[in-house]
Amino acid sequence: MDMIKVENLTKEFGKLRAVDNVSFSVKEGEIFGLLGPNGAGKTTTIKMLTTLLQPTHGNANVAGHDIRKDQNSVRNSIGIVFQDPSLDDELTGRENLEFHAILYKIGKEQRERKIKEVLKLVELEDKADTLVKFYSGGMKRRLEIGRGLIHEPRVLFLDEPTVGLDPQTRRHIWDYIKRLNEVSKVTLILTTHYIEEADYLCGRVAIVDHGKLVALNTPKILKDKLGGDVVSLQISGGDGALEKSFKSTKWVKAVSRHDGTMDLTVEEGEKRIPALMEIAEKHNVKVDAVSLHKPSLEDVFIHYTGKSIREEEGGAMDSMRAHRKAWSGRRN
Amino acid sequence: MDTNAIYVLWLRDLKRFVRAKSRIVGMMMMPIFFLLGLGLGLGSLINLGTGGSYFDFIVPGIIGMSLLFTSVFTGSAVLWDRQFGFLKEILVTPNSRSSIVIGRIFGGGTTAVLQSILVVIIALLVGFQMHVTVYTALAVVFMALIATTFIGLGLTLGSMINDFQGFQLVTSFFTMPLFFLSNSIFPITALPKAIQFIMYLNPLTYGVDGLRNALLGTGTLSIWADLLGIAISAVIMVSLAVLAFRKTEVG
Repeated sequence: MDMIKVENLTKEFGKLRAVDNVSFSVKEGEIFGLLGPNGAGKTTTIKMLTTLLQPTHGNANVAGHDIRKDQNSVRNSIGIVFQDPSLDDELTGRENLEFHAILYKIGKEQRERKIKEVLKLVELEDKADTLVKFYSGGMKRRLEIGRGLIHEPRVLFLDEPTVGLDPQTRRHIWDYIKRLNEVSKVTLILTTHYIEEADYLCGRVAIVDHGKLVALNTPKILKDKLGGDVVSLQISGGDGALEKSFKSTKWVKAVSRHDGTMDLTVEEGEKRIPALMEIAEKHNVKVDAVSLHKPSLEDVFIHYTGKSIREEEGGAMDSMRAHRKAWSGRRN
Repeated sequence: MDTNAIYVLWLRDLKRFVRAKSRIVGMMMMPIFFLLGLGLGLGSLINLGTGGSYFDFIVPGIIGMSLLFTSVFTGSAVLWDRQFGFLKEILVTPNSRSSIVIGRIFGGGTTAVLQSILVVIIALLVGFQMHVTVYTALAVVFMALIATTFIGLGLTLGSMINDFQGFQLVTSFFTMPLFFLSNSIFPITALPKAIQFIMYLNPLTYGVDGLRNALLGTGTLSIWADLLGIAISAVIMVSLAVLAFRKTEVG
């Protein structure tokens, strides 16, 4: 069953098309990722799916509810963890969860049971009654993820769940997310601009750039589609005959040359290196160095968009974030 | 109307108020300085010609002023809150936008009234001659209505402004004239008719006059006229806030 079905979703801000005719569907129980650079339209897509923004064109169904017509039903069936912290840091962790449960009209008994359960899942039982302002970044994230689960949503949206966290904490959060998906069977849709995050977590990844969806598949298939590994031979002296010979070799899928290096696309590169060396030797070409590069989602991204995922220069939101940081620093 | 959302927002503001002791002290500083500086200092040079002291006259004005400033600030913080804070979280829950506005007003209003009562207590300690009558209790109603009006204004501004840098400028563009073109620090009758007319368009004038009626037993208008004036303002501002807030999207 499709938990989310998106059809020709478009959002325009004035002349800017933040999301451009995007269609995809997410299966129940899946971890689905939207991978793209900052400003690609991931967050805008999430905001439309969570009813925070109205689409300009197109529509979507979330857990069987129309995001345009049936906003309250959508809101009842989803949870969301925002990119920017949305906890009240002058309340305790438990109070944050409690308030959230009350907002979803969950009765007292069930509320207490769910809070206990969630605190256990995100391992914050012993910090539950500490004010959130004394939490570390990773603890805050965990609490937010836990909070998103209190009302047992069918879909949990995670907008850049590990942005701003150190690598070790990031790993931790990934494991929580994986476990969450296994334990509660909740459908997860996450946005990220971290290649490894999409690769590690997601069953399927949609690559987005400039508001458009450019590719969608499992990380493995996306990588395999590139045709395999790249073996780079650093050679002295150009040899056209060698290049021809490589090109006529059946299992070499592509050959390209640039300043003293020959890039060969082959499957299972590590096993092909000896054979490649033999061919070079036959042509009396001296190979100075060999390197093997396994394709990553980064290469997939470059393949489809012609550029690497990069940090975009700061927009209005970034300056607001900076402001907030400055202020909260002064406050605490 | 979603009472659970209203309750959560109210409880949250109350908990934060009780916990943030340093902020209470900070918020009390401005009214205290005005009480001492304007009321006792400058007041010793001023003869109102009505027999009452300037200090007594200005206490309701300072309460009105502190209500005005904290309320507009509380309301307009919605701009901040909807990008980063707790409010964003509430916006994705199945609760109506209008109950969020109401909850916000209840929460902000309760803390603003508590703060005003603190100002009255401090004023009493430094010699405020309160005139206790059956109407005195109405002072709390006036405080609540002033707070409601101006939190409504703040919410409206906060919902409409998207420019984070400009927002303090815009709010002071509203608060300064509201404060100076009111009867907070000088009697309205002392001014030319044209300015009096403008001042009677200002909700704060009714609020402060009502507080004078309630706390001192001396006002320019009758206490019921004041009550009507500030109540109408409150209804208008809350409606505007609901309308403006409904249109907000989380950017």
